Amino acid sequence: MDLNYTDEQKAFRAEVRALLADKLPTRLSDKVAGGKRLTKADYEEWHAILNARGWLAGNWPEQFGGTGWDAVQRHIFEEETTAAHAPRIVPFGLAMLGPVLQKFGNDAQKAQYLPRILNGDDWWCQGYSEPGAGSDLASVKATAVRDGDHYIVNGQKTWTTLGQYANMIFCLVRTSKDGKPQEGISFLLIDMDTPGIEVRPIVLLDGEPEVNEVFFDNVRVPVENLVGEENKGWTYAKYLLTHERTNIAGVGFARAGLASLKRIAGLEQDGDRKLIENPLFAAKIAQVEIDLMAMATTNMRIVAAAAGGQAPGAESSMLKIKGTQIRQEINALTRQAVGVYAMPFVSEALDEGVNAEPVGPAYAMPATQAYFNNRKLSIYGGSSEVQRTIISKAILEL
Amino acid sequence: MNFDLTDERQMLQDGLRRYLRETVTADLLASATGSDIGQSEVLWNGLAEMGVIGALFTEDQGGFGGAGFDLALVFEELGRVGAFEPLLEMGVLAGGLLAELGQEGIVEDIIGGTVRVAFAHAEPASRYDLSHVDATATASGDGWTLTGRKSVVIALPFATHVLISARTGGSTGDTSVISLFLLPVDAVSFRDYPLNGGGRAGELDLDGVSVPKAALIGSEGNAWDALERANARAVTAISAEALGLMESIRTLTTEYLQTRQQFGRPIGKFQALQHRMADVLIEIEQARSAVINLAGHLEADRVTRERHVSATKNLIGRVGRLVVEESIQMHGGIGMTEEYALAHLVKRLTMIDHRFGDTDYHLERFIRLSAA
Repeated sequence: MDLNYTDEQKAFRAEVRALLADKLPTRLSDKVAGGKRLTKADYEEWHAILNARGWLAGNWPEQFGGTGWDAVQRHIFEEETTAAHAPRIVPFGLAMLGPVLQKFGNDAQKAQYLPRILNGDDWWCQGYSEPGAGSDLASVKATAVRDGDHYIVNGQKTWTTLGQYANMIFCLVRTSKDGKPQEGISFLLIDMDTPGIEVRPIVLLDGEPEVNEVFFDNVRVPVENLVGEENKGWTYAKYLLTHERTNIAGVGFARAGLASLKRIAGLEQDGDRKLIENPLFAAKIAQVEIDLMAMATTNMRIVAAAAGGQAPGAESSMLKIKGTQIRQEINALTRQAVGVYAMPFVSEALDEGVNAEPVGPAYAMPATQAYFNNRKLSIYGGSSEVQRTIISKAILEL
Repeated sequence: MNFDLTDERQMLQDGLRRYLRETVTADLLASATGSDIGQSEVLWNGLAEMGVIGALFTEDQGGFGGAGFDLALVFEELGRVGAFEPLLEMGVLAGGLLAELGQEGIVEDIIGGTVRVAFAHAEPASRYDLSHVDATATASGDGWTLTGRKSVVIALPFATHVLISARTGGSTGDTSVISLFLLPVDAVSFRDYPLNGGGRAGELDLDGVSVPKAALIGSEGNAWDALERANARAVTAISAEALGLMESIRTLTTEYLQTRQQFGRPIGKFQALQHRMADVLIEIEQARSAVINLAGHLEADRVTRERHVSATKNLIGRVGRLVVEESIQMHGGIGMTEEYALAHLVKRLTMIDHRFGDTDYHLERFIRLSAA
């Protein structure tokens, strides 16, 4: 048992820090730290900076232009970039679709799509959930019917994160109604500019149009856009979800959130003391910090096993539940910390270069928004209820 | 013991519930927040005509209610529909203070709905401490000069007048120098903005505002006892509003559990969700009892009354968070959307813990009052 990083790992951490010090624009880190609205161009700018260094695709092998990092390196990179308030790497092409194409795509698909993901030529979004298929994802109803060299796609996808920026979508579609629901699903790549596609924004509790509904009305998709075999899409979808669940614990986000919470509690006046000196509030901060310290090690235990070649299975469900609880508690405490100034909602103050002063401290409104927005953490990517069912079946064998 | 409403209160509840159900639509709430005044004049005038403002005042004050159970009844109904008309600020707080300090004339107009008085008390550094007043009033010539800043003055853009607390001497935290001044709203300048949970508020800058002698309400330094009593009534009102919000959230969530199908059955058939919803129900009943406790002790001695204020607000804060988080979670993605009816209710309920002291503030205060 050795809780220390190796010299190579420490050197790698220093390299990541050097890149962040040199190349992460203050304009971007200020926006992230201040809870401001990030634009499509902001994400693209950061992607391009990382790509120029060859560090954009942290979980791709080198042969496809990735870093070839192991799980510990990925973890270090994640930890440092979140601590430095870098924008997050948009996961849909890089973390989700890339690995699926590398494992199940044909040579033409790999050659066409992987470089475009790295170069920012395509912005992908995820067409998984439907109004009737949320936790029960296998019940997807959107259909793809073969018509010569095309599939004709009809149906609706929903909760499509940042779909308003995307030019491409990967979809789970039903190509057969025979057998179990899981057996008739295919994995299809669709150009969002194809006639018959309509994207409608969904505004969330924090007032932001983060997700979308995507409607398909007789959309013609070339058959070469099928990934792998017809009716085998469920296998690919599950493989993708295991990649979606890397860094699922969100240790870096939790640490950044805890640091921000302590800073705010140190600024807020509470009678004749600062809020951080209020024993009740200090106890709550301490409690969540203690949980985070243990969870970070749980995460490292699973990261170390993954670096040793074990695929994370149901353990990632554990990390998602605990990591979510900790992040949501930090969000709730931060909202509590800002007091009466949790109430004003001045949407324009989140934009760059707008002369709308925040009401009260600049950190107040983003604290409320983050609290509401991060209620999604226990809902998306398999709700906490679904994760508990996985644990009770796969680990406890109940 | 009798927990039934009197016939008069039952009539008021029935009439108010019916009126609010018919009047307060999602469109009305959205357009109110989007408007310059941040409120619906139609709704305000309707409530005044029904006598709902009058129900917040005693017969001596010109109303026909005014007891804790009257407040609880009215605000539970407002909470059920997520209404944010400033009955609490203008009726219970400003109106209640003016009534207690003998301003019968203006109280009559408040009850009639024609005069609308915002209450400017909290300040940027006061957090939830009622006794923290930095703003000052200094005698100058024939009147007073007010200097200081008042934060999150709810419904200020809707007000015709504003009731402002300021110190006429002493230092911050000294309760014997807190005085109240009534000004027409056009005598002050402010920046206004929308609020999470609906409506608008303003940041009031008092940059040496000169006011006439008559602006002082009652006598100098006499406001504290009335202020603490008005605060207790405000906590009763907002706790009852929270209860109404919780009841509507519970109804929405239960209906969702009964109708949303996943894995071939309504999700309400899953025991994991059934048990959690049962816990939510138990806690909402606790919240109802806490509101009853407080409403029934508003006329008790100070320590008894204030212990109930803190006990109730603490419990409401805890249950409120549970109800908000569980209702969003059990709805799943749809519970995250602004468009769905749940959104407005959970935001409003969440913001209640940011007014008149949060869960921790009242826990600490309850301990202190209990030791006294």
